[in-house]
Amino acid sequence: MKSLGNIRRAFAPWTDPDAKPYITFRNVTKRFGDFTAVDDLTLNIYHREFFALLGASGCGKSTLLRMLAGFERPTSGEIILDGQDIAGIPPYKRPVNMMFQSYALFPHMSVESNIGFGLRQDGMPKNEIAERVAQMLKLVKLEKFAKRKPHQLSGGQRQRVALARSLAKRPKVLLLDEPLGALDKKLREETQFELMDLQQELGLTFVVVTHDQEEAMTMADRIAVMSHGKVIQVATPAEIYEAPNSRFVADFIGDVNILDGKVSASGNGKIELAVAEGFTIRTATGSTPATGSAAGFAIRPEKLKVTRAAPADASVNAAQGEIWDIGYLGDMTVFYVKLDSGKVVKASMLNAQREVEDPIAYDEKVWVSFGETAGVVLKD
Amino acid sequence: MKKLGSAIFSRLVIIIPYAWLLFFFLIPFFIVFRISLSTTAIAQPPYEPAFAWSDGLSGVWQKMGQFSFDNFVWLTEDALYFNAYMSSLWIAGVSTLVTLLIGYPIAYGMAQAPRTLRPTLLMLVILPFWTSFLIRVYAWIAILKPEGLLNQFLMNIGVIDQPLIIMNTNWAIYIGIVYSYLPFMILPLYSALEKMDNTLIEAAQDLGCPQITAFWKVTFPLSIPGIIAGCMLVFIPAVGEFVIPDLLGGSQTLMIGKTLWNEFNANRDWPVSAAVATILLLILVVPIVFFQNAQAKAEEQGR
Repeated sequence: MKSLGNIRRAFAPWTDPDAKPYITFRNVTKRFGDFTAVDDLTLNIYHREFFALLGASGCGKSTLLRMLAGFERPTSGEIILDGQDIAGIPPYKRPVNMMFQSYALFPHMSVESNIGFGLRQDGMPKNEIAERVAQMLKLVKLEKFAKRKPHQLSGGQRQRVALARSLAKRPKVLLLDEPLGALDKKLREETQFELMDLQQELGLTFVVVTHDQEEAMTMADRIAVMSHGKVIQVATPAEIYEAPNSRFVADFIGDVNILDGKVSASGNGKIELAVAEGFTIRTATGSTPATGSAAGFAIRPEKLKVTRAAPADASVNAAQGEIWDIGYLGDMTVFYVKLDSGKVVKASMLNAQREVEDPIAYDEKVWVSFGETAGVVLKD
Repeated sequence: MKKLGSAIFSRLVIIIPYAWLLFFFLIPFFIVFRISLSTTAIAQPPYEPAFAWSDGLSGVWQKMGQFSFDNFVWLTEDALYFNAYMSSLWIAGVSTLVTLLIGYPIAYGMAQAPRTLRPTLLMLVILPFWTSFLIRVYAWIAILKPEGLLNQFLMNIGVIDQPLIIMNTNWAIYIGIVYSYLPFMILPLYSALEKMDNTLIEAAQDLGCPQITAFWKVTFPLSIPGIIAGCMLVFIPAVGEFVIPDLLGGSQTLMIGKTLWNEFNANRDWPVSAAVATILLLILVVPIVFFQNAQAKAEEQGR
């Protein structure tokens, strides 16, 4: 079996049945009046994991984070951190710190007083505070800005101060609420990798809330895709992308073509799906619903191959269509192919060569083909 | 042409406040100052001017050396004036402090109230202004006098059996000033507290502050510009207050506003009362300059 596990590093405590989760949400529900923000949610997060909560706004991801920080109390259920139920512990006594989306830097304090705030609160001796603050400033490369006030800093620098402040107390868990949301694209990409390095270096557990799937995919060991207060899928970025467990996840993460059909044969881990487009898909991946039941088939655009000639190998799935639109993006070209049934599928092909002889053009008759492990069957 | 027009317009906009200051502050002040340099006389108006407007600038310049500051010297010779200034500053200071202690929790409560309720609360704070100031002060006489509402109430519920003597004492003045100036304290405080970002409090809690510590370390320091504005708005007019000490205070009450009124109306000594007013202004200009500095600093910080 080929791996869809953690590509970034050899770290997968969730696959070990003996591993003890570091943070556990057990049947947690949070209601605000009539509105259920988090709905009977159960989730495990492991020590030293970089965990992302991903979802559209209003899906409950921020509420989950705020419950972990202690700003909200669950209506029911329990939250366990390092073996201790923390539901009743006020935020100022929790061994977790949060980096706020707005950074929430204290405007009347200098950068160093901001970073040292939590340490002073703990009554740490003065010389130790100075030492720790200097260490934190070095970590985020802001040594020269120690005496500045937050309003004298750029957005990226403020973000670093907020990060340093939340790390200064050496929390057991660092919570990050849209940590890169206010940065521009280039800075965001740089900072993503800095955050990952930092997390590895400090050996901390990070829980990050984001609505940006690219951000989550890049940084996280595992992603929880959330919708309407429920976790839809928890898996590594590769699993989420290549083996989504539902139509929602397939559609939410990246681009996808979904073909609907009926299972015509099922067995031996293989499935034949007669799709509405008038052909039969043979596939060996995804869920295995019973023969006769309705199912969807999800396939990513880059897994589709567009050719003029029919594929030589008859076992390859293939359908005929016509080029409907072409998008040239530089690094790749996106073909919108109108299948004979009228359904338009999206296929992207890498432009590996600078010049292509006789490129496929508008209105041409083409074949769209894919192998039997290229897509996944989704249960409805 | 259009450019010229807008240049003239922008000049005009700057001129308006300066013209206002010139006509309604500097020139009147200069007139008062001129009177303070003159001597009393049985005349209409009752003083001998130190110089005539008709002397022109050069004439005034020549007479400058002969200006008599006798009236200012007189203020230092009679302890009455010094005591009146001191007691005014003291009464205004204590009243300002009490107003702050009452006003801060009210403003804080308003800023914490649900967003939909805030306009109503704000309206309630402003509501007293809809009745004449004088009438509201008279109403306090009815409340505070020995047979007034307060004493009747306290005696009826049996807390006291002798009426409290509040009316015509400094207590009545404190009550009157605190009551009258409370809105001026609440409004700037509310506007400072209402702007406060709640995530700052959450951040403080997250970093280990219980709610009360978070208030003292974050909310309070950030509301200081509002506190200064409120204190100035109460302190400055309270120092020169005349109506409240006159109506609620007793004969032994010493406040500079009342002293000034006596000099002007009872003694018909315009020059001395002008000198009293000039010194009062100087005493008040110092806190105003201080206030403006603080505000400039706050603006700098807000940027």
